[in-house]
Amino acid sequence: MIKIENLHKSYPMGKESLHVLKGLNLHIKEGEFVSIMGASGSGKSTLLNIVGLLDIHDEGAYYLNGQLIEKLDEKKAAVLRNKFLGFVFQSFNLIAYKTALENVALPLYYKGVGRKERQEIAMQYLDKVELKDWANHLPGELSGGQKQRVAIARALVTQPKVVLADEPTGALDSTTSNSVMELLKEINREGMTVFVITHEEEIANDTDRIVRLRDGVIISDEKVKKNINV
Amino acid sequence: MFDLDRWREIFQSINKNKLRTFLGAFTVALGIFIFTVLFGMGNGLKNTFNKFFSDDATNTIFIRAGNTSKAYKGFKEGRRIQFENEDLDLLKKELGNKIEYFSARVYKGVQARYKKESGAYTIRAVHPQHQFLEKTIIDGGKFIDENDIKNKTRVVVIGRLVEQDLFKTELALGKFIELDGLAYKVVGVFSDAGGDNEERNIYAPVSSIQLIYKNTQDIDEIVLTFNKSIGESGAKEMVSDIKKILKKKHFVAKDDRSAIFVRSVFENYQRNMQLANVLQMIVLWIGVGTLFAGAIAIGNIMVFVVKERTKELGIRKALGATPRSIVGLILQESIFITAIAGYLGILIAIFTLNGIGSSLEDYFITNPEVNRSTIIWATVILILVGAIAGYIPARRAAKIKPIVALSDD
Repeated sequence: MIKIENLHKSYPMGKESLHVLKGLNLHIKEGEFVSIMGASGSGKSTLLNIVGLLDIHDEGAYYLNGQLIEKLDEKKAAVLRNKFLGFVFQSFNLIAYKTALENVALPLYYKGVGRKERQEIAMQYLDKVELKDWANHLPGELSGGQKQRVAIARALVTQPKVVLADEPTGALDSTTSNSVMELLKEINREGMTVFVITHEEEIANDTDRIVRLRDGVIISDEKVKKNINV
Repeated sequence: MFDLDRWREIFQSINKNKLRTFLGAFTVALGIFIFTVLFGMGNGLKNTFNKFFSDDATNTIFIRAGNTSKAYKGFKEGRRIQFENEDLDLLKKELGNKIEYFSARVYKGVQARYKKESGAYTIRAVHPQHQFLEKTIIDGGKFIDENDIKNKTRVVVIGRLVEQDLFKTELALGKFIELDGLAYKVVGVFSDAGGDNEERNIYAPVSSIQLIYKNTQDIDEIVLTFNKSIGESGAKEMVSDIKKILKKKHFVAKDDRSAIFVRSVFENYQRNMQLANVLQMIVLWIGVGTLFAGAIAIGNIMVFVVKERTKELGIRKALGATPRSIVGLILQESIFITAIAGYLGILIAIFTLNGIGSSLEDYFITNPEVNRSTIIWATVILILVGAIAGYIPARRAAKIKPIVALSDD
């Protein structure tokens, strides 16, 4: 699903340039539940931005759903994001003046789905995250956990190939974090590829595979040994 | 443009941000209001100038004689030139159908009397076509006609105010009025848009007055109108031809500027209209400046709006909004606000102009107004202003990088 070969990225910092990603190789197959671990400055956010088509890489190759990503203009990126990717952010990034339902329906608007159909589909996904009753509430009236569940519904509504979650529990307490992670796991069980970025061991341990980054290189990439005492 | 969903988005955005929408709209409305009012005032100024010239046909040419200022062909300078009937005949022959209407004028100051009432008036002895030259309106009876000229009849056509002053409540038509002791029959009463002074004139046949006073062929002034089909350049040529013909006949040096005076209402009118146009241009530029300031203000507000909405626009982009749809969203909102606000400004301005009406006539502004084409233009300008004001911030919005917009700090 996601294939990265010898990926480099640097940012200009005045006259110098900051080399953030130093030749990454990563292959994530369809249906995997992967987490990227690393301290701040390790390059994990940069990696997410590149995978999420929010930024472009300098060197190397990136295949998304088998398609080589190159010569990416803004329009093309927008269409690909809408088609293949769903985003979940640490700070939810819901639009404050739109209701939960409208927020979930927004990606469908950019996909060109009609208004009535949009609302029906959005309602289905709100139901999936158990927020059907909150459909007409503004984000300001929801708790942190509810907001993140709305954001997850929004990420799923276009039926993307990959869900990218950037510190999805960073702004939540531990109980709420667990319920959000449970939701992500459930989505994964239904076959969705989920790609989580975190700096919390606990969160990473909830996923199936942990990729550790330090100073722009992958230092380890291993499957999580599950304690089978369910 | 007809995307209902986008309109929904715009109304939602306007609804959530009433203050900033109001401020932007107010600025534009004020700008277009001032623009329209100033433009209307400019038109009022033009109307005033037009009114000044409404008395005479704009294609009228007045020809008078004076004293020579140069010695020429054996004649000394300071010689007085006197027009006679043959000068008029000569002009008619030379200029042919370039002349529309013509008339001689002979002025005589007279003491007029009817019964006990009397007063000092001026006789203006003319040809029949003078009626069209001066736009004289016949209220009763008739004007001087060809028969009067041929038979040198002793008839007069008196101004409305002459009738009022001398005849009081009686009707003047058909009665006899005494001018310098001679009785003339009143065959017509006239009024004139040129005002009170015009209506204190007494018209008489030029041939009669020439006969009665010293039996000469003398003419004080020649008045004619040119055929409008000869156009602007033809008119200018005709003025110089008239000078040439008369100077030659009266042995006046070609460069003598004081013997023959030719005054063309057309040229005066043009000069005055140029002045009015320059004034209107100045006024218009002030208006355009105000409008421009309004555009900058709304542009400013839109820049702020985009900054404020950076995060939202970043989210939209992450969710698949193309740069084009972002530009469209911002631009359409900007144009929509400007168009509505501007239209309101125009409406208020039109009401204001109607309210002013004729109350500013003392300040050379008569019936300030804007016509339909101006309103259409103003609307076009408005939409352009809205587009320009919205475009720069919209471009900036489209360039927002989602990662920058979404960064958590």
